[in-house]
Amino acid sequence: MSARPAGLPRWVDVGLIPACNVALALGVAGLIVLAIGESPWRAIRIMVTGALGQGEAIGYTLYYATNYVFTGLAVAVAFHAGLFNIGGEGQAYIGGLGVGLAMLALDRLLPGWLLAPIGLALAALFGAAWAAIPAWLQAYRGSHIVITTIMFNFLAAALIVYLMVNVLIAPGSMAAESREFAPAARLPMMHEVLGMVGIKVGHTPLNLSIVIAVAAGIGVWLFLWHTPLGYELRAVGHSERAAVYAGIRSRRVVVASLCLSGALAGLAGLNEILGVHHRLFLNFVAGAGFTGIAVALMGRNHPIGVGLAALLFGALQQGGAELAFEIPSITREMVVVIQGLVILFSGALAYWLRPSFERLFARGSG
Amino acid sequence: MDELLVPLLSTLGATLRVATPLILCAMAGLVSERSGVIDIGLEGKMLAAAFSAAAMAAVSGSAWAGLGAGILTAVMLSGVHGFACITHKGDQVVSGVAINILVSGLTIVLGMAWFQRGGQTPQLPPEARFMPVWLGHNLMVYFALGLVPLVAWVLGGTRFGLRLRAVGENPQAVDTAGISVEGLRYRAVLIGGVLTGIAGTYLAIAQNAGFSRDMSAGQGYIALAAMIFGKWRPWPTLGACLMFGLLDAVAIRLQGVAIAGIGEVPVQLVQALPYALTVILLAGFIGKAVAPRAIGVPYVKDRT
Repeated sequence: MSARPAGLPRWVDVGLIPACNVALALGVAGLIVLAIGESPWRAIRIMVTGALGQGEAIGYTLYYATNYVFTGLAVAVAFHAGLFNIGGEGQAYIGGLGVGLAMLALDRLLPGWLLAPIGLALAALFGAAWAAIPAWLQAYRGSHIVITTIMFNFLAAALIVYLMVNVLIAPGSMAAESREFAPAARLPMMHEVLGMVGIKVGHTPLNLSIVIAVAAGIGVWLFLWHTPLGYELRAVGHSERAAVYAGIRSRRVVVASLCLSGALAGLAGLNEILGVHHRLFLNFVAGAGFTGIAVALMGRNHPIGVGLAALLFGALQQGGAELAFEIPSITREMVVVIQGLVILFSGALAYWLRPSFERLFARGSG
Repeated sequence: MDELLVPLLSTLGATLRVATPLILCAMAGLVSERSGVIDIGLEGKMLAAAFSAAAMAAVSGSAWAGLGAGILTAVMLSGVHGFACITHKGDQVVSGVAINILVSGLTIVLGMAWFQRGGQTPQLPPEARFMPVWLGHNLMVYFALGLVPLVAWVLGGTRFGLRLRAVGENPQAVDTAGISVEGLRYRAVLIGGVLTGIAGTYLAIAQNAGFSRDMSAGQGYIALAAMIFGKWRPWPTLGACLMFGLLDAVAIRLQGVAIAGIGEVPVQLVQALPYALTVILLAGFIGKAVAPRAIGVPYVKDRT
């Protein structure tokens, strides 16, 4: 997104300044905890033990992180093309719908080893399709991607509420939930996979999606920096006019990058539907699409950074649950507050500290 | 006659009640965006103001104190937006998203900590609320309606309005004339803060008797859509707000009612219409919505 200005060592630019921004965000969050009348130190201790203290906690942390890797990569890919995809929430929702529809149709007909790849493909395809319309409108009709993807989040929510309440609801069910899939239609849980090779871990929602998430991270890295289309995508992100002048068909690149972005977001739906819940229900994305924005900004749109930021937010999510349990006056939404602060300090105020550091280092070297 | 007139009048009344926060927010967004600063954060500012207004009204027992707290909160958030985007040239969309997410969490965290009612504020008695004053509507409804000609006049007929529009189209020209681009944009953003503050106050202590979690429920985004639908102009924006308000009022009436020839219309379809219509408009199929030219671009003074 931003070129490195002269006069700052690389470790300051990619290490120190982002760390300071996150520290500022956490500092403000600490002040809020203080204002509620609780001790920030105690809160942090509970969150850290809650997120990493034992095997099961780590399993939950990694399960949440899986979603954030997908949605964070989705935002990052679009950012590299100079586009801000706020629609990760809706794309993940529709991706999950794709998985769910396929499973409801096929789960009694096909074996599990065929259902999993079909689910994977449909999650990506549905997510990509939901991003494709805003993408096409951006590229060929000049409508602003931010506004259209916001609108598509609401459209996705309305569509799924309609389908759940009127079409997919299980007969006799009071809640808007589909029937549970047949036992074949689920991704293997990690405690099962690790159990097969002799490693015993506790039962958690962590499933094979995390392996797909790691593969997606490596794939995005290879794609962006080692393929021609990835190069074109970054060129368009740097300067669309220059890219067009160099013979890149920027409109196709815009559509392709947003479809890839949507496909990645859609995979978060795979984790929730085929990995954990094995049925369709309302609101299963639960804000992971928006968390992806914070993850991408904090991870500076690099797959490694996204992975680390996703782990941090996964830990926050899991630790936040423990925190709400231990200190009832602090609710789980504290995690949402921290997300907002991270987006503010790492995103909107990303340039705030830079002049001070530039002055500091100019004096140091001069 | 009456069986037709009564539902018609009540639907129109409901339309006005639903449209009021939309009008206030859309005018806030309009003023900000005409100066060149994107305001995705309407939703968050409105929600924060709703919480502050309800909390203050519950503690003090005064609706006017609630209004003051609501406006102050939204103005402070506008200040953050301005500090990030105008002073530090941060990304305006990212800043707005940050405000929305921050507020959606913070109102619940503080609400639970202060009132222990599952994120709600205490039910307000009538004297701590803005109650209907004329024809079943409260003061803020009339303020919102009066605001539209005011904004139209300020933008179209005053020196401040001319400069504001100029700074959204061609900030270099304004700068060359010796007028502060940053100062003008700050004023626009803070005016937006005041208006979203009133909108949030309306939600919490006029339309309802207290704050409940996520009570803005996407209305800030609908207002954004209405502003785009109105092509960043006051009167067409008012029209869009009233149309979206009417859709909402009709959606409530249509629930479970079968229409001859069509059958039962799904409520979700009617609720999704504002979003769908905005996308279709943005695609250029219903006229063309052209944003202010310098929108979203931080102004960097050329010092060479």
